[in-house]
Amino acid sequence: MAEDLLTGPATSVGTTVDPRVPTVVVDDVHVTYRVHAGGSRGNAPMALYRMVTRQQPPPATLREVKAVRGVSFTSYQGEAIGIVGRNGSGKSTLLRAIAGLLPPSSGAVYTVGQPSLLGVNAALMNDLTGERNIVLGCLAMGMTPAEVDAAFQDVVDFSGVEEQFIALPMSTYSSGMAARLRFAIASAKTHDVLLVDEALATGDSDFRRKSEARIKELRDAAGTVFLVSHTSDVVRETCQRAIWLEKGLIKMDGPSGEVIDAYEAAYA
Amino acid sequence: MTDVELLGATPPAPSEPVDGGGTSTLAAYAAGHGLTRSGARPSLPAYTRQLWQRRQFILAYARARNAAAYSESALGQLWQVITPLLNAAVYFFVFGLLLKTRAGVDNFIAFLVTGVFIFNYTQRATIGGANSVTSRLGLVRALHFPRATLPLATVVMELQQLLFALLVLLAIVLGTGEPVTTSWLLIVPALALQTLFNAGVAFACARLTTRLRDLQQLLPFLLRTLQYASGVFYSIAKFGKNAPEPVRLFLEGNPVAVYIELVRGALLHGYPVPTYAWPLAVLWAVVVFGLGYVYFWKAEEKYGRG
Repeated sequence: MAEDLLTGPATSVGTTVDPRVPTVVVDDVHVTYRVHAGGSRGNAPMALYRMVTRQQPPPATLREVKAVRGVSFTSYQGEAIGIVGRNGSGKSTLLRAIAGLLPPSSGAVYTVGQPSLLGVNAALMNDLTGERNIVLGCLAMGMTPAEVDAAFQDVVDFSGVEEQFIALPMSTYSSGMAARLRFAIASAKTHDVLLVDEALATGDSDFRRKSEARIKELRDAAGTVFLVSHTSDVVRETCQRAIWLEKGLIKMDGPSGEVIDAYEAAYA
Repeated sequence: MTDVELLGATPPAPSEPVDGGGTSTLAAYAAGHGLTRSGARPSLPAYTRQLWQRRQFILAYARARNAAAYSESALGQLWQVITPLLNAAVYFFVFGLLLKTRAGVDNFIAFLVTGVFIFNYTQRATIGGANSVTSRLGLVRALHFPRATLPLATVVMELQQLLFALLVLLAIVLGTGEPVTTSWLLIVPALALQTLFNAGVAFACARLTTRLRDLQQLLPFLLRTLQYASGVFYSIAKFGKNAPEPVRLFLEGNPVAVYIELVRGALLHGYPVPTYAWPLAVLWAVVVFGLGYVYFWKAEEKYGRG
């Protein structure tokens, strides 16, 4: 079946001519966070004491966290790829690198058009009202004021945030409400490559159904969807292919059923 | 079904097969299919075009921030007028009544208030610019847009504040007996040049702060030094003439002092503006804006890392 051909992992293709169209090529990507860690230099009197006694200061507080340590894969048109892994395995970092929001420290990501990240962890502007966030988010994505006006009511309706809350600052929202609104804002535009970070895990079951439908819609328009989720059932249902990340490296890449089975067996 | 349809619609096969793994091979494979590097920095003209497309965002963002800044206070946006007035009152008490730095100035109140407001504009744009990217990392990591919109929006926001303050200023200037003359129109080019200069400083500080957070602690002191060196409370022509040559040159040539002198010259009848002021104002604006903008653009792809 054509579907099987499409969903196989990249490595299954040998030297034969490949009819598939790549949408994202991830080429040996490393991402390192530089963290300004506080505290290790001690307080001011201690620092002064060291200066007076001419002791060596403790090592620099700038620490490096290697979140992704050499990941390569290729995705193709029409694929929905689930990314699974435990907390801190580098899933969200990898998505940000693909989206071009976080530059790889080495390696490169090549994409068709501009990938877009629908993240619920990425806060917009908490001190501003919901309606300002909708308008500003849409304008920032490059929509014209007329397009924003046209999309505004759709965004509000889809988010399911009640009218009286739309005029309040987002800091007054429950985390579920804020997540729904952010998802609704980011999905107001169609995208070439779509990256979804944990969106389905938030919100009530009604919103989960709505956002699953929206993701399907976006996938049909987009070509390729990446989905990070803690809930392996969601990956199994929504994606044909899955990538299992472990400590910043690919542990397994293949049909989602097989990968999820192995992942669940490892952490059951 | 969609997958099958998509397969049917695929363009011709690649000339080179994938054999997975090799770095240069993957890059060549990507290039062969017209894929572009994600998050790559656009060229300067392309970047400027993108920035221009986002002008509505810059304006809306500045308005929203101004509205939000006062949303919790009872007097609301009235503070945009009250704050500069209170500032001017404090400085008048200290420098006009206690220290008597008014020597050589005819209309000291108008002289002082002009200095305070114009200096405030650069001060707030600098501090706001320094925080503009680091305080919005959530937005930077969530959506794609030219990052230069953030420092620019800060400057626009401060410009809006200044325009409110300007109404107060004009009332004070009239109230202290200055005539309305056509030279008031010179405020427009003077503020335009100062805005360019402020934007350049905001760009530079925004990038510097992402590299070196300590700048946020240091900036207030640098700005206070600049304030004392810009003739806000005293006449540089009067107090500067006895200073050593390098100090005098610094007092007369520093950009904020130049912008303050230009606005005073526009508003205060018979106020002597040095002949070098206009060329110097243009020079500072063009050079600082150009350098700041290019410096900010050079790190465009790195701001998400924080």
